[in-house]
Amino acid sequence: MTRQIRLLGLGLMVCFLILFVQLNRLTIFEAQRLNDNPVNTRAILRDFSQPRGTVTTADGVVIARSVPSKDRFQFQREFPEADLFAHVSGFFSFTLGSSGVEKTYNDELAGRTIDLSFQDLSDLFVDKDRVGNLTLTLRADLQRIARDQLGEREGSVVALDPRTGEILALVSYPSYDPNSLADHDTAAAARVQALLDASPEKPRLARSYQDRYFPGSTFKVVTATAGLDSGKVTVDEPRYPATDGYLAPGTTRPLRNFGGASCGGALFEILRISCNTAFAQMGVENGPDTMLGTAQAFGFNQDVPIDLTAPARSNFPTDFTQNLPALAQSGIGQNDVAATPLQMAMVAGAVANDDGNVMVPHVLRDVRDIDGNIVDTYDPDVWTNAMGAGTAQIMRQAMIGVVESGTATRLAVPGFVVGGKTGTAQLGTDPARSHAWIIGWGARPNEEASIAVAVIVEGQPGASEQTGGRVAAPIAQAIIATYLAGP
Amino acid sequence: MLRAVRRNTELGLIVLGTLVTVGAYLLASLAEDATIPANIGPFLGIVLGLQLVAHVAVRRLAPDADGTLVPIAGLLNGLGYVFIVRLDAARADPKGLAALQSVWAMVGIAAFVATLVLVRRVRDLEAYRWTIGFLGIGLLMLPLVPGVGREYFGARIWVSIGPINFQPGEFAKILLAIFFASYLVEKRELLAVSSRRLGPIPLPDLKHLGPVVLAWGASLVVMISQKDLGSSLLFFTLFVALLWVATERATYLVIGALLFAGGAFFAHSQFTHVQDRVAVWLDPWEDPKGDGFQIVEAQFAFSTGGVTGTGINLGSPSRIPLAETDFIFAAIGEELGLVGATGVLVAFLLIIGAGLRIALRTDVPFERLLATGLTVLIGVQSFIIMAGVIRVLPLTGVTLPFVSYGGSSLIANYVLLALLLRISDDTAQREATR
Repeated sequence: MTRQIRLLGLGLMVCFLILFVQLNRLTIFEAQRLNDNPVNTRAILRDFSQPRGTVTTADGVVIARSVPSKDRFQFQREFPEADLFAHVSGFFSFTLGSSGVEKTYNDELAGRTIDLSFQDLSDLFVDKDRVGNLTLTLRADLQRIARDQLGEREGSVVALDPRTGEILALVSYPSYDPNSLADHDTAAAARVQALLDASPEKPRLARSYQDRYFPGSTFKVVTATAGLDSGKVTVDEPRYPATDGYLAPGTTRPLRNFGGASCGGALFEILRISCNTAFAQMGVENGPDTMLGTAQAFGFNQDVPIDLTAPARSNFPTDFTQNLPALAQSGIGQNDVAATPLQMAMVAGAVANDDGNVMVPHVLRDVRDIDGNIVDTYDPDVWTNAMGAGTAQIMRQAMIGVVESGTATRLAVPGFVVGGKTGTAQLGTDPARSHAWIIGWGARPNEEASIAVAVIVEGQPGASEQTGGRVAAPIAQAIIATYLAGP
Repeated sequence: MLRAVRRNTELGLIVLGTLVTVGAYLLASLAEDATIPANIGPFLGIVLGLQLVAHVAVRRLAPDADGTLVPIAGLLNGLGYVFIVRLDAARADPKGLAALQSVWAMVGIAAFVATLVLVRRVRDLEAYRWTIGFLGIGLLMLPLVPGVGREYFGARIWVSIGPINFQPGEFAKILLAIFFASYLVEKRELLAVSSRRLGPIPLPDLKHLGPVVLAWGASLVVMISQKDLGSSLLFFTLFVALLWVATERATYLVIGALLFAGGAFFAHSQFTHVQDRVAVWLDPWEDPKGDGFQIVEAQFAFSTGGVTGTGINLGSPSRIPLAETDFIFAAIGEELGLVGATGVLVAFLLIIGAGLRIALRTDVPFERLLATGLTVLIGVQSFIIMAGVIRVLPLTGVTLPFVSYGGSSLIANYVLLALLLRISDDTAQREATR
């Protein structure tokens, strides 16, 4: 028996030796291959098990932070402002992915950028959290005003600084609570996701920059800019004939004004009262190339370089061959013209900008390390030049006229210089419903304009040109007034 | 003199093992944002204090026994305990396994002491051979009884009587080892006789082959009816190994291997759960998020761990299903790395070494066979589960002795340990009086 027992021991030892060999394979020789395997989500899990930077608004309100949690991820992403900033912060979920700032600045928040991870030699030896904290350009006070003013009406509010492209407020209603998607109970989060996605109102969609609408009469600013910049239109010429119908070339049915009114006159006058017949004619006289060129100079038909996820392109038709009636309609923001509220804010911003520039829109102001030192700042940059400085100056005068005695009088802020343009994009006639638009900008006296705003309130009853001024303008006014009254 | 040296060595080793466990525990709770609640410290104290109880019991009841088994088992128990606590604490809603496992450890040590008290001489067990054998078979088959048997994770190996749930197979394996040892000691002469030859291979009498075929059949029944591949493999290996050691006839190894191959082939062709296990073993990447998930995640755990591991509480072993029980070796591999996993291997090798040394030292054939059988149980069980976890063998779900969470397993293995120590003590005392 002795020999057999010894052999048995030897046999077991060989078995354990095989285990040891396999352990070496797994932990050393095959380790790299296994760690790089796409199925291996441990690296992603590590992101979810590490602290992550906070996201703070320009006025110091925390909109995203990590708090320790007692589960397989050691940290829970928390969005204290719930639905208020959902379309900016986005959400951060292990199973559902991420969006918004959480996605575009993931490396900064996780502390994976060079700037954050390696500031000086001593960092090699000191183990500290290298997360990046983000400061956004958005202001929570403006955001709240925008949301409260919009109330429970579907729509969007975009406010930006036309000098820098900094987004000041970005609201889309309905919204959602990113906390519910970031829930570590993945089944619950998936249920919420399914529920949100099934909702016809699409609360996860940021209407402000991911959805497009007929810009309606707000687009007349683009048409006017095209006319001025191409030299076909000046402050005094042409004087469009007073008429209640414009017959575009090759058509038999005239394009009408709201309520069958008759209007006409020079640029300031037709913009002030938002004269459809005159701008349809201007669009046709500008010609397809000029209209398309100016629209694209404002950012239409281009990918928006904003630091948020999945921004929509605004659209201006490119082919008007044999279709001048379409061009007439495009001149007043109908036909196939489609713009995001963000794009229309940039239209107002380009007019407000001294040089007629559209600045790169962005929500990030700076990235700071854990000690509060700024490691990276977002430098303002020109995205595109929409018009010459002279044209911009004339357009500002024209838009001021709209506020002083035109359709946008409700946009006025006493003591400040405010320009605007209303829009009412008709959706149908039975019953009459339309999107109420306002775009505008505000400046302190003798200063360059510092805020540009676009507001759309969707599906409002009625279809008069007054709708935009009545419904949307007060929302924009509240924001501009608060902003200009501040420091 | 020798007695004192052995016992003091044991005490010293227990202290060393305790330091390792306490160290691991402290690391787990010191890690950044540790999730281990402070109030389970007392449970840890119980688990460690129990080793001292075991030590004192051995001093009183088996003073001449081997001095390494209790400390090694204690180390494995303590290490496993820390990981169970750590894995449970990582749950969104912990099941309180920390408290439960310390209760199991308490019952385990009580069973250990009781075994030392009740079994004063292992040879006495021979007298109850048939009772023990039938009891073993009965326990083994108990989960099949309607009403008390329960099926979890696809294996019908649980018994539920009133509030008590247990795996009778864990206890059956010890009873069967005792039965096999006493049966084979008596029959080994007969079984060793070979009247015929098949070529160069001597064949035993057919009538003596009966028990072998019976054991084979029983393990097949276990595998088929309870879907418990691990226990089936364990019983069959135990029987063949003891048969071989008892008769000193390698023929039985060959026959055993052939029967095993036949059984394995039969099982693979007939049962989908066997086919699934083999398919996952051969290629877990076929369905890495479904059937292969557990094995694939275990491999990722080891590759993440590397040589030195992520550190306790710094990995994510809770991703692996059944990390506290079948896959605790992967959790150790991830957080303690190759070094820690090898440490566990070495600990089991030391137990095997000590067990077989006890077998070799005794001159009583029954004790020798029993010690061998008990050692084979621990050695083979730890091998097949670790091999399953790291994909050396198809996965057969058994617990890792002393390390995995589970009352039945822990208690049974402490009883097993007590029997080994009793044999060791008997032998040493006989040697001393001679």
